Amino acid sequence: MHILLVEDDRQMADYLRKALVESGAVVDLAGDGREGLLMAASGDYDILILDRMLPGLDGLGIVRTLRASGNRTPVLFLSALGEVDDRVEGLRAGGDDYLIKPFAFSELQARVEVLLRRGSTEAPATRLCVADLEMDLLKREVQRAGQPIQLQPREFRLLECLMQQAGRVVTRTMLLEQVWDYHFDPQTNVIDVHISRLRGKIDKGFGAPLLHTVRGAGYMLRAE
Amino acid sequence: MTSPARAIIGAWAELRSRTPRILRSSTFRLALLYVFLLGVSVAILLAFIYWSTAGYMDRQIEATIQAEIRGLAEQYRQRGLTGLTAVIGERVARDPVGSSVYLLVDGDLHRIVGNLDRWPVELPDTEGWISFHLRERGPDHSEEHEARAQVFRLRSGLRLLVGRDVRDLEAIRSVILEALGWGLAITAGLALLGGWLMSASLVRRLESINQTSREIMEGDLSRRIPLSGSGDDFDQLAASLNRMLERIEVLMAGVRQVSDNIAHDLRTPLTRLRNKLELLSAELPGAGSARALADETISDAEEMLTTFNALLRIARIESGSRRSAFATLDLVPLIEDVVELYEPVAAERDQSLILTQTGPAHVLGDRDLMFQAFANLVDNAIKYTPTGGRVSLEVVETADEIQVLVSDNGPGIPSALREQVFRRFFRIDDSRSTPGSGLGLSLVRAIVQIHHATIELEDNGPGLRVLLRFERSLLKIG
Repeated sequence: MHILLVEDDRQMADYLRKALVESGAVVDLAGDGREGLLMAASGDYDILILDRMLPGLDGLGIVRTLRASGNRTPVLFLSALGEVDDRVEGLRAGGDDYLIKPFAFSELQARVEVLLRRGSTEAPATRLCVADLEMDLLKREVQRAGQPIQLQPREFRLLECLMQQAGRVVTRTMLLEQVWDYHFDPQTNVIDVHISRLRGKIDKGFGAPLLHTVRGAGYMLRAE
Repeated sequence: MTSPARAIIGAWAELRSRTPRILRSSTFRLALLYVFLLGVSVAILLAFIYWSTAGYMDRQIEATIQAEIRGLAEQYRQRGLTGLTAVIGERVARDPVGSSVYLLVDGDLHRIVGNLDRWPVELPDTEGWISFHLRERGPDHSEEHEARAQVFRLRSGLRLLVGRDVRDLEAIRSVILEALGWGLAITAGLALLGGWLMSASLVRRLESINQTSREIMEGDLSRRIPLSGSGDDFDQLAASLNRMLERIEVLMAGVRQVSDNIAHDLRTPLTRLRNKLELLSAELPGAGSARALADETISDAEEMLTTFNALLRIARIESGSRRSAFATLDLVPLIEDVVELYEPVAAERDQSLILTQTGPAHVLGDRDLMFQAFANLVDNAIKYTPTGGRVSLEVVETADEIQVLVSDNGPGIPSALREQVFRRFFRIDDSRSTPGSGLGLSLVRAIVQIHHATIELEDNGPGLRVLLRFERSLLKIG
């Protein structure tokens, strides 16, 4: 995993590089927009993490230039600008995801992994399996150990989201964005309640639990 | 209090409230006092004028009469009674109905000579002056007018009256009196009118200051007192008040700015702190107490960051920059999503969460912010309603607005606190034990305000009812 990080805040950059390296990535660092664009255009990166506000050339400018020259490397924006318009603007310019500062590293990590997978062009699955849990996306049916499980539409989407990213952490914010499609700050952890309900349907009464809470980060669906 | 007393007080209050504001104004009262003082001084002045004019004419007449008497006395001394009667007779013959009056009578008051029928019944004063009524003299016999004369007793027991008809004097006197009366009336009238106009203009200008103060008290600190442009003392007062208001507004904005700046400036170091703690936590052994401590510290930092972010978010929303992203959206599916999201939370507390709606409700707004506002309201309702309670949402479309009601049967909010709960970090004492930052309703209000909507907290008897009113979107879909 080869990552280019373009971030002008030295401390932030060091922290992110350290954390990304520890999670097994190779990280190149650029301190301003021009340098970042040169490196992104010449190097072969799996993912670009760009700060939105950069001296020289801002994150949007880098992405536009790259996309115009046919470079399709996934881009994750980091920004202190968190309003919807900023997000929309970032995604419209060619960004693939948008993360608002401050964020937990686990959030960044989870999103980076989603982007990496998106990069590998495999045909969209019609059937998802995690251990003995099976989901048929065409018939919209779920069963575990051969027993059918009745799910509400929203529960189905929640499980689908978790199964597509099985083995990886999915944060609460990601779930709100992907399952409910709203960008907002829940005052209480409403997601936890939905998860525990889902857990009651897919884990209760079956052998090993599949749906795990990852402390301080989010949830993960995986075989034990 | 007995009922008649109450009735009287009520009637008085009603009378007071019916009295035009201008009659209650101090300027008008001042103007009335001024009119009164002016009237008194004008009356004194006019009385003096009257007294000096009328007195002058009286003295003129007395001087004339005395000159005539001196002439008659001369005749009497030289020619005796015969001379006197002859002169009187001659004078009367020359001008029988003139303004001079003569009468010479004997001891029995029989006329010897003169142009007066009989001796007047009125008594003379000590100096011999007499005022009496003249009758049957002149062309119009029915007329009766004043005359002034001096009477003498002659040596032979005869009596002599020499006087003048003061009809003209009376006429002049009444003309003067009438003129003076009109003068007084006009002066008083003009003063009253002037006073009224003056106080009306003062009342109007004071009222504009009052009106502005009321609007400011209602929360619109950007209001200013209008100036008349004349630069008078009222304008100077208004300008001073406006400068004071500007200062207050700047200070209040400053306080808000400072808190937002603190939140902004502390966010970066806090983020670094949290990041370093994450690195630290990753290096600590998984099951150790040091790791647990680090993780707890991380979640504390997280909480602080959440609060700062909420504060900054409110500030950003209040600045209104997001309005550019507004689009027409249907509140019904959005609220359905909120209900669907919170339904399991309510179910955990054995509460029912119900939505009643009649059809699409299109408003112009920001989808995510709107979701945030309703999520906060529903979250609060669920949080503060006891187990087994009921939270209901209702979307009502009226002719000119869309209303959304979020009602619960929890403890409600005392009416005195209903405005305060929108303040940042305000929390009702009873709710301090419940988790929350005290920013949820501030955020709701900021969102409501940039949507040009209103939010009201009402008593649901028991419980709280939140009423939001939105203008309908003119761009209707479908």
